[in-house]
Amino acid sequence: MNAPLLEIRNLESFYGPIMAIRGVSLSVEAGQIVTVLGANGAGKSTLLRTISGLMDPEKGEIHFNGRPIHGQEPHHVVEAGIVHVPEGREVFPLLTVDENLTLGAYTRRDTAAIAEDREKVFAYFPILAERRHQEAGTLSGGQQQMLAIGRGLMLRPRIMLLDEPSLGLSPLLAQEIFAILRRLNTEEGVTMMLVEQNARVALDLAHQGYVMEIGRIVMSGSAARLRDSEDIRAFYLGHQETGQRGEKRWKRKKTWR
Amino acid sequence: MDQLQLLVSGLANGCVYGLIALGFVLIYKATEAVNFAQGDFMMLGAFVALGLTNAEYMALPFWLAVPLSIAVMAALGYLLDLLILRRLFGQSQIAVVILTIALGFVIRFVAGVIWGHEPQTLQSPLAHGDLRLGGVTISLADLSVIVVTVLLTLCLYQFFQRTRLGLAMQAASQNQMAAYVMGIPVKRVQGLIWALSGATAAVAGILFASKGAMDPNAGLLGIKAFAAAVIGGFGSLPGALIGGLIVGVIEPFASRYLAAGYSQIAPYALLLAVLVFRPSGLLSQTRLKKV
Repeated sequence: MNAPLLEIRNLESFYGPIMAIRGVSLSVEAGQIVTVLGANGAGKSTLLRTISGLMDPEKGEIHFNGRPIHGQEPHHVVEAGIVHVPEGREVFPLLTVDENLTLGAYTRRDTAAIAEDREKVFAYFPILAERRHQEAGTLSGGQQQMLAIGRGLMLRPRIMLLDEPSLGLSPLLAQEIFAILRRLNTEEGVTMMLVEQNARVALDLAHQGYVMEIGRIVMSGSAARLRDSEDIRAFYLGHQETGQRGEKRWKRKKTWR
Repeated sequence: MDQLQLLVSGLANGCVYGLIALGFVLIYKATEAVNFAQGDFMMLGAFVALGLTNAEYMALPFWLAVPLSIAVMAALGYLLDLLILRRLFGQSQIAVVILTIALGFVIRFVAGVIWGHEPQTLQSPLAHGDLRLGGVTISLADLSVIVVTVLLTLCLYQFFQRTRLGLAMQAASQNQMAAYVMGIPVKRVQGLIWALSGATAAVAGILFASKGAMDPNAGLLGIKAFAAAVIGGFGSLPGALIGGLIVGVIEPFASRYLAAGYSQIAPYALLLAVLVFRPSGLLSQTRLKKV
């Protein structure tokens, strides 16, 4: 088996005095979608921010394509081929859709290929082509999320780090976004690391999954295995079990502790 | 005809305010900090040019001294960011504001020590000569201030709209985190913006010194330019220029038609009015982020 594209070993990250990531190890194979599930404050976003260089890890290593990238400036990480699509649709509000996409290719110089990729983004997100001369701040939330993803694609990334792409979107729009992510993965072979609270759709999309709680990985495995796990079903997918006497068991304990 | 004359001299003054206000806005847009030393940058730029070109100092040709002093001020802006301001990264905005106020004092005293506190005149070829257009007399200095300001604003506008670096600067100012994850070296871009605002200050200083005598306290003019930037809508480049022009034009009319005591406060009265009735300025670029 080849070495994984992205490998994280014993990563620890702090927000000031608060230890947000407490020794996380995980790996992402090329061509796969790996999802990281977890509740609010589990450290999922911090994990992505540490990978992309927005935060420096206190301990541990991140290897990308066999090279260490931990503790580097974000623009070096981007040049290595990692693009981070942060949560909350972080577009450049006063620039047009077109200019936002141009900035996605900021580190690239191959003009002809950039033009091709722009057309590809417009093919995946036709609404962006319609709005290409409009300021990004005037787009709807879903369109801004599409723009953020499309802008990430403009880098021709070797891996995309997606932070809650469905956050604040209607279920229908979220479904649309996830369908496009699936197409990107199967048609373009884009490797993805997907952080989600919506475990159901994330596990449908992903090949592998990890579950984070308070800064640690408490469970990992193939998406199918996680979908069938009792704990995941109870705590992330919302299945309610009934006890022998037909009562709900409110005080069920998680078995991974 | 009288009013026209007042208008022309007001526009020329307003252009200088506008140029300093441009510097305020550039730095505010890029770093969300206000550089209260911008007026002192302008004064220092004028004195650097004066030191390079005046006969009693280095006596270089004027047209050599101009690009040199612009380069010196740009380098100074970049170094200030690199060596001092970048260390405050993550501190509150108040710390940055106080630092720039202190920097203003330092620049004022350093300039006083080097060039003395007496008013001096820049030996500029722009300082002499008048043009008569109809019944209006325009001094060469006033005309060049207006022409250069318009050209510089157009150049800056084109730079921000058309070039890769200009686009990156806009991006870094609109959404710093997104700029980081797009691979834009945000810190270097911010340093370049400080350099750009230093260069703008040098141009403003040279033009202002061509209009009259300079002394190290001329930087206090920055307060009026700050008012201009706020009137125009902090964060908008054309707004800064328009704000500067408004303040510049109001001054001569106020001193002509109002009692002596009131004319001084006219620009600030306007500032108050703008803050009350249109708090984000005349040309505001702020838009609420969609959640």
